[in-house]
Amino acid sequence: MKTAYTNARIVDPATGFDGTGTLIVSDNTIEAYGADADTSGCTETIDCGGRVLCPGFIDMRAHAVDAASALAGGITTIILQPDQTTTIDTDAVVERIRHRSVDSQIVSVYPMGAATQGMNGKQIAEIGQMQQSGAVGFTDCNQAVADAQVMRRLLEYAGHFDALIVQYAENAELGAGAIAHEGEIATRLGLASAPAAAEAMQIDRDSRLAELTGARLHFALISSKDGVDAVRAAKARGIRVTCSTAPHYLHLNDNAVEGYRTFAKVRPPLRSEEDRLALIAAVADGTIDTLVSDHSPKSADVKRLPFAQAASGIVGFETLLALSLAPVHAGKIDLMTMLEALTINPAQLLGLPTGTLAAGSFADFVIFDPDKPWRIDADTLISSAKNTPFDTLPVQGQVWRTVSDGVSVFERA
Amino acid sequence: MNKHSTDQSSYPRADVDPPSGKLFPHKHLLGIWGLDPTAIKHLLDVADGYVDLNRQPVKSAPTCAGLTQINLFFENSTRTLMSFEIAGKRLGLDTISMATGNSSIKKGETMLDTAATLNAMHPDVLVMRHGDSGAVKLLAEKMDCAVINAGDGRSEHPTQALLDALTIHRRKGKINGQTIVISGDVAHSRVARSNIYLLNAMGARVRLVALPTLLPADVGELGVEVFHHMEDGLAGADVVMMLRLQSERMNGAFLPSLREYYHFWGLTREKLKVAKDDVLVMHPGPMNRGVEIASDVADDLDRSAIEEQVEMGVAVRMACIDILTKELRSGTGS
Repeated sequence: MKTAYTNARIVDPATGFDGTGTLIVSDNTIEAYGADADTSGCTETIDCGGRVLCPGFIDMRAHAVDAASALAGGITTIILQPDQTTTIDTDAVVERIRHRSVDSQIVSVYPMGAATQGMNGKQIAEIGQMQQSGAVGFTDCNQAVADAQVMRRLLEYAGHFDALIVQYAENAELGAGAIAHEGEIATRLGLASAPAAAEAMQIDRDSRLAELTGARLHFALISSKDGVDAVRAAKARGIRVTCSTAPHYLHLNDNAVEGYRTFAKVRPPLRSEEDRLALIAAVADGTIDTLVSDHSPKSADVKRLPFAQAASGIVGFETLLALSLAPVHAGKIDLMTMLEALTINPAQLLGLPTGTLAAGSFADFVIFDPDKPWRIDADTLISSAKNTPFDTLPVQGQVWRTVSDGVSVFERA
Repeated sequence: MNKHSTDQSSYPRADVDPPSGKLFPHKHLLGIWGLDPTAIKHLLDVADGYVDLNRQPVKSAPTCAGLTQINLFFENSTRTLMSFEIAGKRLGLDTISMATGNSSIKKGETMLDTAATLNAMHPDVLVMRHGDSGAVKLLAEKMDCAVINAGDGRSEHPTQALLDALTIHRRKGKINGQTIVISGDVAHSRVARSNIYLLNAMGARVRLVALPTLLPADVGELGVEVFHHMEDGLAGADVVMMLRLQSERMNGAFLPSLREYYHFWGLTREKLKVAKDDVLVMHPGPMNRGVEIASDVADDLDRSAIEEQVEMGVAVRMACIDILTKELRSGTGS
């Protein structure tokens, strides 16, 4: 069966193509795209009405699968973090998750394995076997591998398999117990806090180790200007480091936790306005490689607690696109760069066959209306929990269709 | 009027009535942050009246008879708990105190469940202390009755700041224009935060004097002058408020030793020489003698107001309970 998606603004960050045309899908494979794509033999034609058609988003950091929510957000590939009920630190767990993903067929789930056994920061996990079973990266999630000797050996070992190590960029000692960004707000609210220097220090140290070992290293969730500067400096030295951030760091500063609003409690913490602006600039200039949702559904029971006790995290799948588009609409980041950070950049880092519209690749793509205004409403989120600090926020840009493996799996009227 | 003028008026009176027309237009007392000078002055005026009552042989003023006060303390306390209990009893409330350090409420039940349980018992005043910043505010959102914050984490301890202000006002005649030093472990102190907000609102000049490890980040943004040397910070001071150094900070992580701390930051007669002759010395208690304060300074009858602070504490808490239940009492005709 062949389907033609006509009248689309096709944006393929893998090639830099941005133009109006038609995309031809044959079963679960993209056959061709372009202004003059051959529609002969197509049994179905879908008029995209001039909307943007781009590869399905690859969310490099999610703590739950929450498939329906992901598809509503245009996400066709989820990288599941190892901090599950059963920690993903053996090939058996990796295989189980991969099998489930293949069975479900609607959204691709690739796990990241733990970098150290039980994420204890001490013994290197079975990276080789987990990689063979389908793990696409290795991380201790929300804690940095603190011991420099362990980190060095981890990078050396992972380098042998060309496996990607993802490090949470926070010095463990400075960050111990911290729940807020060090500054006036944390001082006034009386919240334990850590300075942005804790992030930059970890990046500096581990960049040295990446240089020493030649391994690939990715820093998750950069949240500060100092952190961005540290990554920029490491890249300038030719070290194989990359990094990500999440749209909430582009959108909010630490004012959001005023009144002890636990829905804005995230790790790393929301930082100053200067940090926020530096992050937007770093996405624009490519210092930050990927945008992730850090999707983390938490029930009200674990959020409606005193700030120090409340769980960290927000649900991010369904707001990923709209929040990422905000700096695009503001003229701070161009659309192609933003879409690179959501598609081809994570695909290349993780060695995935998706993130492109090239002929012959899997038909995973999203069609969205970049300008459509809507209001985020926590109650109508499909997500398994509603913990978002963006409730009632007016935004622009909404998913119209999500196509996964050739099948239209999410449609909005 | 200049903020730091030496005008003899007691408080910088607000030029206009508060928008609601009430002197204290709040349901709870969760902190000093957000209170305007009119509301603070009203609390202090009412408290001042209770000081006189508390010095009478018969101290009972059962204006709140029949109302129920629950003191819910998730953190150990002796003096604050007792002060609230006496305040409630003198006003005629039925007071019940729960120190949950040794109760099943502490673990297992969420705070909001606790709130629902307490709410069902229809208290009229809930006094709460908790180890987490913001915890009292969270609970107050679910309570129908007035909630008084008796200290939450490192956030606020409003009745302590009010009793300190009342002490200063009675001893100095005014707060406006006074140079007031807060010295010690500011970083971990809710007392310091509430005092900074209150003294700033009332027009005092607030100085912090502490070693860098005991000062929180960007504290200068709160409208204070920051000093690291006692000699600099104490120069010309009208009032010195010492803070308690918690024992867990003494083990080398924040400062090397008690000996060294006392040498540089302990309040002694010698260091006090640069302050004004009639400097008032205060401490929220309990004191570590020979750590943050020398015994001869603490016991100096002319300058130390430490016992008076405790006395003012009862009066201030009576005023808070009185004011927060006023509408309730007029509504029920009692």
